[in-house]
Amino acid sequence: MDNAFIEIIGVSKSFGSVTAVDNISVSIRQGEFFSLLGPSGCGKTTLLRILGGLEMPGGGKVMIDGQDITHMPAHLRPTNMVFQNYAIFPHLNVEQNVAYGLRQQRLSREEQMEKVSSALSMVKLEGFEKRGADEMSGGQKQRVALARALIKRPKVLLLDEPLGALDKKLREEMQIELRMLQQQVGITFVFVTHDQEEALTLSDRVAVMDEGKILQMDSPRQIYERPSSRKVADFIGQMNLLEGVVQSVGKRVTVRTSALGEVSVSENDQAVDVGDSVTLAARPENLRLRADSEPGAVRVTLAASAFWGHTTYYRVTASDSETDSLDVAQQDYAGAGRAGDEAWLCFNPEDLLLLKY
Amino acid sequence: MNSGTGVAARILGTYAVIYVAYLYIPVLFLPLFSFNDSIYISFPLRGWTMKWYETMLANDALHRALINSLKVGLATAFISTVLGILGARAVTRYRLPGQKPVVAIIMLPLVVPEIILAMALLMVILRAGGSLGLVSISAGHILLCVPFAMVVLMSRFEGFDRSLEEASYDLGENGWWTFWRVTFPNVLPGIVASLLLTFTISFDEFIMAFFLGSTEPTLPVFMWNQLRFPKLLPGVLALGACILIASVFIVLIAEWFRRRNTLDSQSGDVIIG
Repeated sequence: MDNAFIEIIGVSKSFGSVTAVDNISVSIRQGEFFSLLGPSGCGKTTLLRILGGLEMPGGGKVMIDGQDITHMPAHLRPTNMVFQNYAIFPHLNVEQNVAYGLRQQRLSREEQMEKVSSALSMVKLEGFEKRGADEMSGGQKQRVALARALIKRPKVLLLDEPLGALDKKLREEMQIELRMLQQQVGITFVFVTHDQEEALTLSDRVAVMDEGKILQMDSPRQIYERPSSRKVADFIGQMNLLEGVVQSVGKRVTVRTSALGEVSVSENDQAVDVGDSVTLAARPENLRLRADSEPGAVRVTLAASAFWGHTTYYRVTASDSETDSLDVAQQDYAGAGRAGDEAWLCFNPEDLLLLKY
Repeated sequence: MNSGTGVAARILGTYAVIYVAYLYIPVLFLPLFSFNDSIYISFPLRGWTMKWYETMLANDALHRALINSLKVGLATAFISTVLGILGARAVTRYRLPGQKPVVAIIMLPLVVPEIILAMALLMVILRAGGSLGLVSISAGHILLCVPFAMVVLMSRFEGFDRSLEEASYDLGENGWWTFWRVTFPNVLPGIVASLLLTFTISFDEFIMAFFLGSTEPTLPVFMWNQLRFPKLLPGVLALGACILIASVFIVLIAEWFRRRNTLDSQSGDVIIG
C-alpha cells in the first residue's frame, strides 16, 4: 500500500511453544477504522499489544507514520490503548484519570482543566470530574478510558475488545458513538474484537484472524458477501455450508450436493478440478421458501422455525436427505411454518458461493 | 430443633464472653495495679498513686531501653518492608526459575523456633568477630520480619491489576514514574500494614533481643530484668500501661489513615496524584 500509515511487516510472536502471531503483514491507512476479528486465542490481542509496545515481537518490523517503532518502549510510542477491562486507576477520580498522561506536557492548571473538560465532553461525561473509579458503571469507565487515551492525541488508538463487557443495548449504542467519535477526531483506530457483527458495523476494513494468521483482509461487505474460505464463511454471520463434488468445470462450475442436487455456480476464482470436494456457501437471507412449486425449486420439509422479530428463521431438510439441513431467513413466508410441513426452496445460483478451502 | 439452637446459641454466647474476658481482663489489670499504692499485686487495692509513673519518668535506664527499642523497631520495620516490597513484587510479577523453593526459604523463619535462630545467629556473629548490640538485634529482627512483610505485601501485589501499570506505560510514563504514580499508591495500604506489623513484632520481641543484645537492653529485656526485683514491679506495670495506650493509639492512627486514604481517592483536589 502506497499510503500506509501503519505497516506491520512479517511480525511473529511466540509464548513458549505457542505461536500467537505467525508472520503477519498488515498495512493500515491513516484515519482508517481497522478491525482485527477472530476467536479468542487467535492472536489478535497479541498483535494489538505489539503495536502498543506492551509485547515485543519475536521477529519482523513495525512502522508508524514512517518511523520504525519495532523496539521502541511503550511509553515513547505515538499510540494509546483502551484496555479490555478499562484499567481505570482506582486511586484517582475521573478527572485525574483523564489527566494522567498530561504530566510531561507541564501545562498550567487552567490549560489542563480545559483539555480534561473537552476530552470529557467528547465522550459525554461532563459533570463526572470528581467521580471515583468505583462509582462508575462499565459504560462510564469505558468512556473514561477513551477520554484518557484520546487526550494524548495519539497517532493511533488501539482498542482491545472495549465493548466486550457491556450489555447488548449499551454495546450497540457505544458502537455508533465510537464510529462517530472516530470520524470526528480522524485518528486511526485499530480495534480488536471477537464479535463479527461489531467488526462489520464499525470498520472500514476487517482482518479475520485464526491461529496467528490472517485468513482474509477486506472491507466488511466483501468479507460478508465474498468470504474467501470456509473458515471465514463459517465465522462471519449465519451461513449454510453444503458439501459437494465438482462435476464439470469452466466459467461455470457444476457441483453435486446431496441437499440441492446439481447446481451450476460461478467459478469464483477458486481453480477447482472435476472430482474436487468443495463447499457451497449460502446466506439464509438469500434462500426463499414457497408453498407452491416453482421451476428450479427443491422440495424440502420444515424442521423448525424461530421468530426473530425482523425475520423468521426456518430450518428445513431436503426431502431425500435427513442430514442436510438448511436455514432460511424470511419475513413473508405464506405457509403456516409448522414442523413437518412440505415446502419448496428457491434460490438464485448466483448467491451460492463456491469455496475450495 | 428450636430449643436445640437456643442451647447452642447460649453455649456459644457464654464461650464468647469467657474468651473475651480471658483475653482482656488480665491486660486491664496492668493499668489498674499501676495506680495501686503497694508493691504487691493483690486485692484490695491499697490506695491510688501516681508515684510509679513518676519513678518511670525519672528512670534513665528505662528511657535508654525505650529509645533502643524504637531504634531497632524503626530500622527493622523500614528495612524488612523495603525487602518485602522488592521480594513481593518480584514473585508476583515474574515467573522466576525455582520460585517456589525460594519463597519457601524466605518463609522458613516463620516455622523455625526462634530460639534456634537466635542461638545460631549468636554463634555466627561471635565466630565472625562481629559485636553484639542494636545492630545485631536489628539483623535478627529483620530475619524474623521479612516473611511477615512478604505475606502482607504479596497479597496486596497479587490483588493489584497488572494492566494498570501497562496503562501507565501506555500513557507515557516510564518504569519509575509508573511505580510512583500507580504501583505505590495502590500498594500503600499494604506498605503501611507491613510497617506497623514489623514494627510491632520487633518492638516486643524478646528472644533475639536477649541473645544478640549487649549491655544496652531493648525494652522487653529491660522489663524482664526489672521483674526480678519485686519493688520495681509496679514501675514495669506503669510502663506496660503506657505501651498499651500507645498501641491503641497507633491502631487508631492506622485506621484513620486507611479511611482518609480511601476517601481521598473520591474527593481529590489534586489532579496529578
